[in-house]
Amino acid sequence: MSVGLEREPSQAVEPASGQSDSGGAGRAAERPTWPHRHLLDTDVLTGGDVELVMATADAMKQVLARPIPTVPALRGRNVTLLFYEASTRTRVSFEVAGKNLSANVVNIATAASSVTKGESLVDTVRTLEALGAQLLVIRHGVSGAPYLAARHFGGHIVNAGDGWHAHPTQALLDLYTIRERLGQSLAGRKVVVLGDVLHSRVARSNVWTLTAAGADLWLCGPATLLRGFEAWARVGAAGRRFTVTSDVNAALRDADVVMALRVQRERMASALVPSLREYAARFGLTAERLELARPEAFVMHPGPMNEGVEIAPAVAEGPRSVITTQVANGVAVRMAVLQLLAGRVA
Amino acid sequence: MNGRRIMTPDEIRRAVVRISHEIVEKQAGTDGLVLVGIQRRGVPLARRLADAIGEHEGVRLPVGALDITFYRDDLSLVAQQPLVKGTDIPFDLNAATVVLVDDVLYTGRTIRSAMDALVDFGRPEAIRLAVLVDRGHRELPIRADHVGKNVPTSREEIVKVRLEEIDGEEGVDIERLAPVAGVAGVAG
Repeated sequence: MSVGLEREPSQAVEPASGQSDSGGAGRAAERPTWPHRHLLDTDVLTGGDVELVMATADAMKQVLARPIPTVPALRGRNVTLLFYEASTRTRVSFEVAGKNLSANVVNIATAASSVTKGESLVDTVRTLEALGAQLLVIRHGVSGAPYLAARHFGGHIVNAGDGWHAHPTQALLDLYTIRERLGQSLAGRKVVVLGDVLHSRVARSNVWTLTAAGADLWLCGPATLLRGFEAWARVGAAGRRFTVTSDVNAALRDADVVMALRVQRERMASALVPSLREYAARFGLTAERLELARPEAFVMHPGPMNEGVEIAPAVAEGPRSVITTQVANGVAVRMAVLQLLAGRVA
Repeated sequence: MNGRRIMTPDEIRRAVVRISHEIVEKQAGTDGLVLVGIQRRGVPLARRLADAIGEHEGVRLPVGALDITFYRDDLSLVAQQPLVKGTDIPFDLNAATVVLVDDVLYTGRTIRSAMDALVDFGRPEAIRLAVLVDRGHRELPIRADHVGKNVPTSREEIVKVRLEEIDGEEGVDIERLAPVAGVAGVAG
């Protein structure tokens, strides 16, 4: 997918005098460039881009620790949330992130909008722009929908999940959460993504960021839910290899991080998994299976969870779970993304 | 370098010592005083002031760091993203007398942002301002309480403060703003 993530026209000129109190010179090195107009997936992020998101998220976390976790960074900016699919944590996370930056957050409930009258995505996006939307956060059931929207929108677009394709802010908050525990380099660290990989936009976006961070990435699940990934693994993500297996024991052995993915019940109709019970028995992340991982290994889940299916309740709520930390970090990372995209003129 | 030196390392040192005395004199002691440096070069300057006050008063004042990135009103005019360096104010600002410290006072917009940022942390008894160099050209009704050196400048000039802790060298120079094409070449 090459559309959408356009580079901005070169803005390399140092600001004229009068903008920095010390006159600006020599500060260029302190201002890393964020070249992206949109955040549609993690595949186009360079190592430097990721570091900038992580550093900005650190600062946002400091803001969140304050008694009043609000700064005026996006005051007067309009952040519009357009969610065509159900979501609690991602939508609320973006809403809180926008409000913490003092943006005007507009929330579109598509079920109560003209979308039900058959308005197309492109028309909706154009309408929202005419209504003042400057940054549009889109979740859509169709892979690529945010890319289409980006071609018809004058502001910034953040992909908050499109079909099976990508969920970049989830991958960034996962990376942030892992780095908080393991440090900046994940070289040699075994990270296992376990579950319904096939239908998971979280898994796809994570492949880019985790392999780029140097992790020893394993994708594990029933063979029917790994289709296509063996071929991708052979090619690698930007040349960086990862492992695909249905052997859950081999995957979990000596793992540093285990990320369980939701089994999407709505996919069961297609008979990719015989039954949820059988899935839980063969691939569920139980306390017993987790014993194969390193003693200090921790457990992640992008939510929402089917407890007792892909993850046992005792694991989800156990001492190794960082699931609520992921949610909290999600706000900081999304604040960072909004700030990097919209903290200046479009 | 086409710079004109306006403060030598010795002059910077003397200015810091003088300001440290002024701060204590104005407060009639050190009770309730805290120092907050504005990122980046205000932070080492605030530490130096605390060191100097520690030497002549025998009291170690708390030193904080303030990043004003999220409070600027000119962010949209800045082509590149500033790297946020973090705010660290590990003490209570309520009822404290805060001395804001920065390297150069110019338009006053940084200081306005800094005051906005500060009041998010509490309600100081008073906020004062100490700067190493005041170069004029204010755009807001802001003045410094303590100034190391007043330097008349033109808007086409840059006041470049270099501090050992950050730049590995020490001195204040006035330089001509590089022609736009040249700067674009560097930044691009």
